[in-house]
Amino acid sequence: MTDTTAAAGRRRTAPLVRRGAALLSTLGVIAVTMFGLIFVTFIIGRVMPVDPVLAVVGERASKEIYDRVYFEMGLDKSLVEQFWIYLTDVLTGNFGTSTLTARPVVEDIARVFPATLELATIGVIIGIVFGVPMGVTAAVYQGRWPDHVVRLFGLFGYSMPIFWLALMGLIIFYGNLDWVGAPTGRVDVFYQDIVPPVTGMILIDSAIAGDWTIFWNAVSHVVLPAAILGYYSLAYISRMTRSFMIEELSKEYVTTARVKGLSERAVIWRHAVGNVSVPLITVIALSYANLLEGSVLTETIFSWPGLGQYITNALLNADMAAVLGGTVVVGLTFVGLNMLSDVLYRVLDPRARS
Amino acid sequence: MKLTRRSAVKGIGALAAAPAFGRMAFAETPPNMLVIAGTIDDIVSLDPQESFEFSGSDILNNMYGSLVSFDPKDLSAGYIPDLAESWEISNEGKTFTFKMRPGVKFTSGNPVTAKDVEYSLRRAVAMEKTPSFILTQFGFNADNMEETLVATDDMTFQLTTDKTYATSFVLNCLTATIAYVVDSETVKANEVDGDWGNGWLKTNSAGSGAYSLVNWKANESYTLQVNPEFWRGAPAMQRVIIQHIGESATQRLLLEKGDVDIARNLTPEDIAAVEAQEGIEVDSDLRGRIMYFSLNQAKPILSDPKVIEAMKYLVDYEGMANSFLKGQYTVHQAFLPLTYMGELKEKPYSLDIEKAKALLAEAGHGDGFELEIIVRTAQERVQIAQSLQNTFAQAGITVSITQGTAKQILARYRARDFDIYLGAWGPDYPDPHTNADTFAHNPDNSLEAGLTGKLAWRNSWDIPEMTKATEAALVEQDRDTRAQMYVDIQREWQKTSPFVPMFQKIEQVARRSNVQGFVTGSAITAAFYWPVTK
Repeated sequence: MTDTTAAAGRRRTAPLVRRGAALLSTLGVIAVTMFGLIFVTFIIGRVMPVDPVLAVVGERASKEIYDRVYFEMGLDKSLVEQFWIYLTDVLTGNFGTSTLTARPVVEDIARVFPATLELATIGVIIGIVFGVPMGVTAAVYQGRWPDHVVRLFGLFGYSMPIFWLALMGLIIFYGNLDWVGAPTGRVDVFYQDIVPPVTGMILIDSAIAGDWTIFWNAVSHVVLPAAILGYYSLAYISRMTRSFMIEELSKEYVTTARVKGLSERAVIWRHAVGNVSVPLITVIALSYANLLEGSVLTETIFSWPGLGQYITNALLNADMAAVLGGTVVVGLTFVGLNMLSDVLYRVLDPRARS
Repeated sequence: MKLTRRSAVKGIGALAAAPAFGRMAFAETPPNMLVIAGTIDDIVSLDPQESFEFSGSDILNNMYGSLVSFDPKDLSAGYIPDLAESWEISNEGKTFTFKMRPGVKFTSGNPVTAKDVEYSLRRAVAMEKTPSFILTQFGFNADNMEETLVATDDMTFQLTTDKTYATSFVLNCLTATIAYVVDSETVKANEVDGDWGNGWLKTNSAGSGAYSLVNWKANESYTLQVNPEFWRGAPAMQRVIIQHIGESATQRLLLEKGDVDIARNLTPEDIAAVEAQEGIEVDSDLRGRIMYFSLNQAKPILSDPKVIEAMKYLVDYEGMANSFLKGQYTVHQAFLPLTYMGELKEKPYSLDIEKAKALLAEAGHGDGFELEIIVRTAQERVQIAQSLQNTFAQAGITVSITQGTAKQILARYRARDFDIYLGAWGPDYPDPHTNADTFAHNPDNSLEAGLTGKLAWRNSWDIPEMTKATEAALVEQDRDTRAQMYVDIQREWQKTSPFVPMFQKIEQVARRSNVQGFVTGSAITAAFYWPVTK
């Protein structure tokens, strides 16, 4: 009796301790990752052959002005000191002020990140909705015409330069067919700044405000760039799905299931796809993270005010506060998605739960 | 294969787009709204006493007034009265007394007074932002500004320079953005820690111009709202929106569809394509930017006058202007842009390989030598560098091209760390001295002097005589004599300087045919939105 109680008690506390330890080690990994990321970005920013003072004062500044700003920016201090100042600022949520937009970096990112988030989310949904069934179909019909069609289609999406696809898409669907909104960012200029920002994502904000004119206008603007990004991730997702599925379908339990007389549909969609979904999550999370970094070319062509454009522009103009801020966001996104896929693993894979 | 590709593209897009909406009706630009596709990613501040970028000047020119400014319908007339109705000059040309125009109001409703002028100009001097030199070159500084920049009463403003300058020089500088008049009450109310309201004014407006700022979203757009009480008459366009469209092909599509009224950054190919279309017209305007290359005089080979002369014959001026620069640049070989007072139109140099070879042989470099050209990674500049690489090679000079971002290349240029710099220079204010000061004035060539703002210094070009001539032109009171002095300086400069100016910028603006009156500002000023009608 006592023995069993003790055993039960052990069984009850052990997972708690284990979970606590796991949580701590996860947090530790995040902290180290973020520290490393900030450190490397900071160093790259400082050794880059670009003069951050010139970025502020411009080409025509006199020596006096140049020197004054040099000291104001704390560039006379040692690298270690500068890094320490930056790090303590970041920990208190102060990422500095962008020299390029004259606004706090945090404010800038709160503006550009939702734009990218919106685009990337719809993009990856398109990628999943079309990519997974296509990959499955290709695997099932391996070597036959549906497989070839999917492969060609995927290869095209993967190998064509994305700006070319974007421009062709614009010419056809905006220029000729008039199906989508103008490539002027997230809504037509007349609709800008009408709905109050809540999430910063205009689709959600306009829905909250109940302004369906703006909502549909925003849909018409997001659909083409999201489809282009979706096509790009679709190509990757469908290829990976195909190879996972081919491997899965060759396993013995599939044969067993077939022999047991299960319908082909159940064998493929319930059993095989169910098992494939675990590695697929990593693939999808990576695709999503890629899109969340911001696709500079797509954003440029559609004048989409997203993170990719922001970081690139900041980098080209030696706006280091903005570059560092943007990098931290990208890093957090990657870490966050990794953790999310870990959680999903546990949900989907009973083995990972024990 | 071609068929597959096309249907593939169609397929995916249709899949995503068609079920959602089918055919939608799209808003054309409303008749009282001007929508411009442009690039505005260079703006870092909307504070007139700080801003120093092209796109920044465009927006500020429409939000603020100044003592003297330009008539967009006749830019060649030069400065005209704006917020100042008239002025008198006394004290041997050192004291300028301006009478304010009565009845003009800021968009806040406050009247525009001499006190606002005093505040704005002192603000420019005290804040010491980059463009402050345009005013401080007259001897104003934080210590003397309370005596030299003074509102003697509400309607009279007086400024006193440290010595006698050409009247046209002083007034031309007062047309610059740095001298725009801000609403002192509004700005003072937003001061933080003695920052003269700079933090606030970076992203707000407080002017008396045709428009006020609704918002500026960096790298995205800015929106202006009409000032119905604008003293030159209420503009027809109630709203002006400038949308940042980085890609020429996108700008072109938007213009073709009528979703924008004006596209300002089309490539020559896109210009050629839209020019042929009905409903679209293309205007050309000479801008101030001069494309040049320069030879670092600290390098012994490059300081040989024969070599310098040879280089000027090794440029395919016409070939470039008629091919990849067509419509975007015109051949120009002096440091003042055409349309400037004192312009020099003569173009003595053209591609002449044989002559260049002979000159190089005379200089003892018949066997050739090696050089590096540093250039910023921008299509047209790199193409020019490649053309130079080709023509230089024909005379035995081997050129390597080093590309970098604007900031990287500039850092090397300012550090005198280069052989040949290829780049552009735009005037800072509409007076000939702006370019003379940088191209033909170098009072101290020593490294310690650190005159990094002057191109002559960056190229280690020591010119005591020409420096004197430039200083003399600066104080010449007679306008015609002064203009002639600049012509003479440029003639000499054209022959002897290590600078090889090649082209002057032409801006081509494509607009819907119903849009009239848009002025880009030529070489001397920025864009005017308020005369636009449609």
